Order: sequence, then structure tokens, then C-alpha cells
Amino acid sequence: MRRPRIATLGTTALSSTAMIYLALAGVLVLGAAAAAIDGGNLFATANLVDMLTRTSLTGFLAIGMTLVILCRSLDLSVGYVAALSSLVAATTMDGQAANVPTAIALVLLVSGLIGAANGAIVTFLGVNPFIATLGTGLILKGYLDTQYKGPAGDVPAVFQQFGYTRIAFIPVSTVVMLLVAAAAIWFLRSTRTGHHMYAVGGDVDVARMSGIRTKRVLITAHVLCGMCAGAAGLLLAARFGTGSAEAYTNLYELDAIAAVVLGGTLLLGGRGGVAGTVAGVAILAVLDTVFNVMQIDPFAKDVLRGAVIITAVALYARRQLDRTARRPRFALEGRLR
Amino acid sequence: MTRVRDLIAKATNPTGTVFILLVLILAGVFAMNPGFFEGPSLMAFLKQAAPLVILAAGQYFVIVSGNFDLSVGALVGAQVVIAARLIDGEESRTLPVILVMIAFGIAVGLVNGLITTVLKVQSFITTLGMLLVLYGAIRLWTGGAPTGSLSESFRTAGRFGIEGVPVLGQIPWALLIMIGLGAGAIALMRTRFGRILMASGDNERAASLSGARVGTVRTAAFVLSGLSATVAGILIGGYAGVSAQVGDGLEFTVITAVVLGGVVLGGGRGSVLAAMAGALTIEALFTLFNQMALPATLRPTVQGAIIIAAVAYAAGRRVRPAPAATTTATPS
Amino acid sequence: MTTAPVLAMRGIDKAFLGVPVLSSVDLTVEPGQVHALVGENGAGKSTLMKILAGVHTADAGTVELNGRAVSFTHPLQAQHAGVASVFQEFNLLPELTVAENVHLGREPRRRGLIDRRAMTERTAAALADLGVEDLSPGAKVGTLSVAHQQITEIAKALSQGADLICMDEPTAALADAEVELLYRLIGRLKERGVSVLYVSHRLREIFDLCDAITVLKDGRLVTCVDTADITPDELVTAMVGRRIEAQFSARLSGTETGEVRLEIRGGGNAWIDAIDLDVRAGEIVGLAGLQGSGRTEIAEAVFGIAPFTRGTLTVDGRPVRISSPRKAIRAGIALVTEDRKAQGLALRQSVRSNARMVLDANARVHSRRRLGRIPGLLSSLDLAMRGEDQEVRYLSGGNQQKVVVAKWLAAEPGVIVLDEPTRGIDVGAKHKLYSVIRSLAAEGLAVLLIASELIEVIGLADRVVVLHDGRIAGELPGGATEQDVMAYATGRRSA
Repeated sequence: MRRPRIATLGTTALSSTAMIYLALAGVLVLGAAAAAIDGGNLFATANLVDMLTRTSLTGFLAIGMTLVILCRSLDLSVGYVAALSSLVAATTMDGQAANVPTAIALVLLVSGLIGAANGAIVTFLGVNPFIATLGTGLILKGYLDTQYKGPAGDVPAVFQQFGYTRIAFIPVSTVVMLLVAAAAIWFLRSTRTGHHMYAVGGDVDVARMSGIRTKRVLITAHVLCGMCAGAAGLLLAARFGTGSAEAYTNLYELDAIAAVVLGGTLLLGGRGGVAGTVAGVAILAVLDTVFNVMQIDPFAKDVLRGAVIITAVALYARRQLDRTARRPRFALEGRLR
Repeated sequence: MTRVRDLIAKATNPTGTVFILLVLILAGVFAMNPGFFEGPSLMAFLKQAAPLVILAAGQYFVIVSGNFDLSVGALVGAQVVIAARLIDGEESRTLPVILVMIAFGIAVGLVNGLITTVLKVQSFITTLGMLLVLYGAIRLWTGGAPTGSLSESFRTAGRFGIEGVPVLGQIPWALLIMIGLGAGAIALMRTRFGRILMASGDNERAASLSGARVGTVRTAAFVLSGLSATVAGILIGGYAGVSAQVGDGLEFTVITAVVLGGVVLGGGRGSVLAAMAGALTIEALFTLFNQMALPATLRPTVQGAIIIAAVAYAAGRRVRPAPAATTTATPS
Repeated sequence: MTTAPVLAMRGIDKAFLGVPVLSSVDLTVEPGQVHALVGENGAGKSTLMKILAGVHTADAGTVELNGRAVSFTHPLQAQHAGVASVFQEFNLLPELTVAENVHLGREPRRRGLIDRRAMTERTAAALADLGVEDLSPGAKVGTLSVAHQQITEIAKALSQGADLICMDEPTAALADAEVELLYRLIGRLKERGVSVLYVSHRLREIFDLCDAITVLKDGRLVTCVDTADITPDELVTAMVGRRIEAQFSARLSGTETGEVRLEIRGGGNAWIDAIDLDVRAGEIVGLAGLQGSGRTEIAEAVFGIAPFTRGTLTVDGRPVRISSPRKAIRAGIALVTEDRKAQGLALRQSVRSNARMVLDANARVHSRRRLGRIPGLLSSLDLAMRGEDQEVRYLSGGNQQKVVVAKWLAAEPGVIVLDEPTRGIDVGAKHKLYSVIRSLAAEGLAVLLIASELIEVIGLADRVVVLHDGRIAGELPGGATEQDVMAYATGRRSA
């Protein structure tokens, strides 16, 4: 008997996004309590600043990564794109405040183009996103290592403020990141291309059958992801005062992916969103700061991070789609003797 | 040599791209330096390549069954650090510590496998989490930097071999271990376990409807991957000594090697021999870079371009399948 | 004043791999008409519907919509032309809401941005038009019942401005109360002048809902009548009545019916009830019935995929509890599933690997001797391949099915359940499979055969057990008439 192929979700009282924010609140409460027992104050200004500062960089990367993962794709090159962007920014600015707008535009252009290249390799050459973006990341790494022997460029004080200024205890960089997040949320909700990302990631055949230009949607996601990495690069430049390829570590990508998954976006695509990602970024940042305040060995933070990610996804997996769509006909149940 | 003949025969099928690539790169190496294929230098190359080849075999089992193991790099690093700290230069401790390492490798594989199959967390996430846990836990244990030192007997496997062999000079233990484990892996894939492993990656539903214990088999694959990381750790520790960066990013190189060998991410196709050939190809590529005196900084770029090209080529060939059967075999 | 019919298909031919599936078929649907397309399984209904939907292209013939000739090469063209199709596998995205699914790809826009308010309002209006009150446009489709998901599909079709909505077995997955809802929906569609092509073989619904009926048989048009001009019995005759040629080899001589190998008493679960069934060694018992009557559910219960929760199961005299396929295999039961590509074969593996799969997967069943029998099994099935190393996906459907059969025979089962073994297989291969099935019985296996083509079930089986709505409606001897079987199957008659 043929059953409708579409799955049936269990009815849930709370949406995933609400749950993750509840979890964030929980982590804050527990973290504050743990810090207090240890004699510290999680909400002291310095610590709040610390927490929020940590969210900005990962936040930029994770927002872009969300779009790509929603389309059931991946981007492992964002760390390198950010590093390249910081160098492009710093060298273009060259210490002159007047160059700042050009530098920003150039960064967005370059990072967007790299994203487009990623998207093209995946859609037109049919290469798996894991490999495609791993490959472009390597290509960028080689370029970076060859062109730039060390820090380069010079960021004018005006722009450095992006990295350091605060409004009360909120860093400007965090505000900008939240604005970008808001823009992304708006994009996903209100534009056709954004909305269609859920379709492309959910079931690319259904999407195509409804007339959606799936290739175009996927490439757009990659371009935007690249540009977000570009923004992260701008932040790096602002913070360090110069561009640097050494800022890159393997963990940038993995942190971003972890935040996205923690925030409830499915790795398989089609479900989730930027709101959840922001909470995911925040949770990781809070954990980091709590450890800092309690002066726990920073390596313990990695262990906990790994455990948290696995646990969170395991919990999400339990709420997953229930594949049975058949109607029970006979409700009476007996025991098999 | 029959192995060479086999390799050439396989070059005509779609997963044979890697063998062609390997031959081309080796030809390039030969062109730059004919002395490369002389006994001692060839043996040195194989000694250095052995860990990656073994890791590729381990990762193959995981990938062919439909999963990923991103934790191998961190596990290799962890094993080397564990060895150094526990042995601490004491020769007598070598063997017990190796046993501890083996147990640890199996345990990590088991945890990866169980989380993936029982808790139904995707292997990408599971092994990503495990990577972080291993990375942090090891540094927590040693206080950040590796301590202690490896014993001489521990380092034998990675460094030394059968000495005084005519023509070849030294037959490295690493090479013998690589050949032994490689042959073992090939044999394993021909057993019931191997076939079911591949069937599970190809069509999980058909496999489980045929009575296969898909979860068990996939967990076993993770254990094999953990063991391969342990052996690789022993060889790398022996060859290069202990450092804090051992294993960093290694998982990506390993997965690249396997993919280069024609194993599809998603499972169900590819041979372990081709995966190992993929590892050899990457090592040969690094050697070629050295011969060409390619600036170290440009190497990642060339590597990245080759990976994308190789996978795109294979993807293009897969879209056009071979012609269907037309001959009716008369029953014998 | 005669207006052009909404749909006029003339002389449609279609063949797959040289096998004709439709020959010179005509179909005419008037505006605002609910038109039934009936025929037994394999008559060609689905293919005709898919040609209309733009999924397939006809080899010959013309299609006119509202008087204009059209030719579709892609489903989108059909949609734009005003033909919407609701298949049994819904084209919906579970994570999106009803409104979002209804407007997928055609979201209303205001100043370039998605106008969600308009989307919700239009969806609510469409639902109200259909008389549906309990479905919210903001509900996530994945949380809905099958019936509501179907309504979403229909609302989608309506919002595309369809003049003609084709529905393929729409009630196959619905409960009785929901069928009433569908009736009302279709009534509303009629009121709005939308035509419905209702593909089904449920007589009650056809006579309740439809204005006209087109009957197909063996890919040809039998008749097209107004519902008022035909009785249910005449319809059944038109669907199946044919001279039963001796297509099936007679029972192989020497086949003796032995002990009962499979015995089910009072078997039931959420989808089937009160199943009493015996299958003896050397016997072929056919399970007949319409889609959704419970045949596959019995097969899945016996094999442990969706086990019985009531009743007892005995295999070769031993009572067993089959709670998983592994247990079933250990008890000596084999199941050749309905969908060989999704459930029976690892397509990229070789013939040999597939043929060994059950032996490889189950240590208790594995033995050298059994492995050694495989080449013999493959050649006795006349398997056409380029060698045992060939990848199974390159074989024809019939040969693929032979690999599946070989896989199970290698395990030397005592009971073998065959679910639609000849589905999607050309005539020549079918006949070969028929003799294979006969020889299985001759070797002493107990064979339980599920087939939708009545002629197959009747021709092959020694006894035919007919199911209706999850219960056994009656039992007939092999060689019974198709009308009799159909009568039980459609619920017109019960034991």
C-alpha cells in the first residue's frame, strides 16, 4: 500500500526557537549561580562585555552559515574568507579614514565572489559541499600564505572603534551583529529567495516542481554566507588594527556550525533559522565567560562545548519527524500471546 | 608485480581515477628526480606515508557505511600525548602503555558509534563534539603542553625497520605494518562484515530488511577508525616525536584522501584499496611539491584545486552510467 | 450552445521499454464534471494521469484543454495550463505552513516582498470556499493529519487556478469520517465549475460522487458512460471481464500439499483485524484486495516489520513471536517486498553481493553450502547479466526481481511471502517469474502471494483470500472468476 510520503511531526507545545531561548536563560541562571558560589559575579560589567564581545565574531560567521545549512549545504571556507577579508580591509584602508567605505565595499565584493564560486562548484560541478568548500578554503590558504608573510595593512583609529567601542556595556560590534541577524531574519521571512531556502533544503524536488529556481537560491545562500564571513573579517581587522592571516584557526568554522546546530537548525536543511542561531552563539559565549570568571581551565571549556553540542542535538533528534503517516484502523490493542 | 597489473586493470573503471592520478604524479616525481625510485628514498617515502594510508583505511570503513569521523585528528594527537606522558621515558612501560592506547582508541570509537547509532545524532556532529572533547581533555590533563617523552622502543615502529637489506637499505616497520593492515582491510571488506557494511551505506533499508544489524556494523566501523588512529599515532610519534600540534586538521586530509580514492561521501561505493591509494596520492603530491621546490605556501592552493577537480570529474562520470546489460547468459 | 470540454484526450499511446501501457485511449471531461477513471491495477490509469500531469509524454495522440491543443514536457507546464494533480505521495513541505505550501513558488508580493497577510487571507478564503472550517492557514503541514494534508494539496490546486484537478486514489489513506469531508470538498469544487478526474476503484465513491465513468482495461478504453446509465455489477464486469486464457502453467505435477507451515490465528494490529490464515507446504495462497485493504500489512506483520499485536503465529508447528525481520528470517520466513529498488536491493552493489545479502547479514542462516548454491540459483532463474560482478542497477526490472528472489532462496526459507512480485516487469519476464513461483511451491515452500492484478492471483494461487478494509472478506478457490473476487474486494459481498 502506498502511503503519503510526507512525514508527520509530533505536536509540540513549544517551538524549537522558544526552547533554545529557554535553554539560554537556563544557562545564564545556572552560570550566574555557579559563578556566585565561586565568589564571582557573572553580571559584572567586565564579564558582560566579555560575553557580548565573544558573540560578535562567531555570530557573523554563524549567521551566514545558517543560510547555507538551511539549503542543505555547508561552508568550510568561512575562516579563510574572514582572514582574507581582514587583510583586504587593512591594506585598502592603509591608515586613511577616507578609504574606509571603499575598503568595506571591496571586502563585501571579494567575499561575495568567493561565496559565488563555492555555490557554483556545488551546483554546476556537482561537487559535495564538504569537499567543495574544503577545497576553496585550501586554495585561499595558499594564496594568503604566499601573498602575506605576516600582518599587513593599517586600520585607521576611526574604524578600530568598531572593534572596541561600547554603548554602556554593549559592544558596537555586537550591536552590528544583531542588526545583521535581524536583517537575515527579515530576509528569510520576507523575500522570496530567503523563503525559498527552506524549500530547497526541505525537499529540492518539491521546490523544483513548484517552479523555484533552486540553483539560484543555493548560490545566493553561499554568496551571503561569504559576505557574512567578510563582515567577520572586518571585525578582525578592527580588533587587531591590522589584517592578519594568523588569526585563523580551524575552529572558526566548527564553532559557527556548532552554534547553528545548537540553535535548532537541522544539518539536513529545511528547518531552523537565524533567531535560534543567535541563541546558540549566546549560549556558547555565556559558557565561555562562566569558565573565565570561575577561572576554570580553558581546555575544560572545549570538553564541555563538545558535550553540550552532542547532548543538544541528541535531544533535538528525539523531537524529530515521526515517519509513520498511516492511520490506525483498529484502535483496540491486545497482547500477542 | 601482480599488484601493478591489478592497479592498471582498475584504472579503467570510474573509481580508477585515483590510480591514474597517482601514476601521473609519480611520473612527475620521477621526471624531477629519477633518484626517487631508488631503494632507500622510496622506502623513506613509504615510511612517511604509512600513517595517512592507515588512517585512510580506517576512515574508509566509516565513510562507506554512510558516516563521517571528524575526530581522528584529535585522537591521533591525544594518543601521542598519552603515550609520552605515561611512558615518560621508561622503556619497560612501553608495551602496557600501547595496550592502554589501543583500549582508548577502541573506547573512543565505541562512543562515537553508539552516540551515532543509538542516540541518532548525525556522525558529523558526534565526531565534531568528540573532536572538541578530546582536544580539551588532553590539554586539561597535561596542563596545555605535552609532557614526558617516548621511549626508544616505542619509537622503533615509526623510525626503524629491517636494516641492511640489499638494494632497499631499510625496510621500515611502518611499511610492513601498512601493508599488513592494508591487506587486512582489503580482506575484511570481502567478509560478511564488509559486504554488510557496504550494503548498509548503499541502502540502509534493504540491508535491515535482509536482517542486517546496521547499527552494530556501523559502530564497528567507528571502532576500526579509532584503532587506525591509534596505530597512526604510534607511527607518527615514532617518526616525528611529540608536539602539541600533532593531528591538527588531519581529519580533513584523511577525508580528502578517501574521497580522492573515489569513495562517495554518503556511502555504498568505493574500495579500501582506492582509499589507500588516495592517501598515497596525496603524499606523492606533497613529495612532488618538494621536488618542484614549490613554495610551501602555495601547496594548499594546488591541493585544493586538485581535490575539487578530481571530485568534479568523478561526479561528471557518475552522471553518465555505463550501458546496461544486453546479453542473455545461457544457464550453465 | 456546447462549450469545449475541459479535457479531451484522443488516441493516446504510451509504451515503456517497448511494452505498450496505453493503446489509443480517449478521455473526455466536461466542465464542472466529476469524472471517474477506473480499471484494475495495471489498466493504465496512473500512466494516463501522469501524462496529463506532465510527468510523462504520450508517444502518440492529442491532448486538448478547453479546446486548445497542448503538449506537456514538464509538470510546471501542466500547472500553468490549469491542470493540477494530487498524487498519493503529496508534494508538500512538512516544515512549512499550510499557507506557505499552498503558495509555494507563487507567493503574493507587495513592493517586492512576500505579503504574508495576503497569503494567509487568500488561503483562508480558499479553505472557506472548500467548506473547510477546522484548518488553520498557519498550521505546520507536518503536524496535520493525512486528510488535512490532502486538503492542503487541493487548496493548492485551487489557488493555482486549476480548471481540472486529478486525484489519484484520494481515499486510499483516509478514515471513513474523512471521506465524507472529501465528498463535501468535491461538491464545492463542482459548484465552482472545477472539474475533477477521480482515479479510483472504490465503487461506492464512484457511484456517490461521479457523473461519468471511463473504464480502462489492459491499456485500452472499454467504455465511457454516465454513472446513471450503469450498475455496479456491470461496471465490475467492464473492469475485469475477460476470457481467462490459459496463461498460467498448471500446477506442476508432483506438487503435493503437505503440512501447514504458516498459521495465523486472530492476527491483528492497528491496521488489520481477525486474520485467520493457513498456508501449507506446496501451496500458493493468494491475498487479493484493493489498495489499502491490508494485504501488505499482513505481509509486514508476518515478517516483523509492523508486527501483530493480537493473535498467534505458528511456523512449522512452532509458536513464534516475530518482532523484527531478523527474527522472521531465523524462523525461516522470507519477504520479497513491494518496492525492490527502495527495499530489496543495494543498487550499486554487484549481483553477487546482493544475492548473498541475507546469508551475510544473518550468522544463523549463513553457511558455505548455501553460499555455494547461489550461482546455481541465479542460472536456474535465467538471470541475464554480464557476470556476477555487474552492478544491479544496470539490470532490467525483471532481472532485478530475480536477484531479490535468489537472495531469499539462498537462505532456504520455509515460508516465502511475495508482495507484488511482478510489478513493473515486462510480459516475458513475468511469465518466467510465474514458473519460478510455481516451482517454489513444488519444492515444498509455503507461498503467500500478494498481487494486485486479479488475473495473476487467480491464475497462480491454489486459494484466494480476499481482504476488504483490513479484514478477510472471503475465500475463493483458485480459478475463481474475477467478478467474484472483485465483489468481495469492493465490499459488495462478504463471507
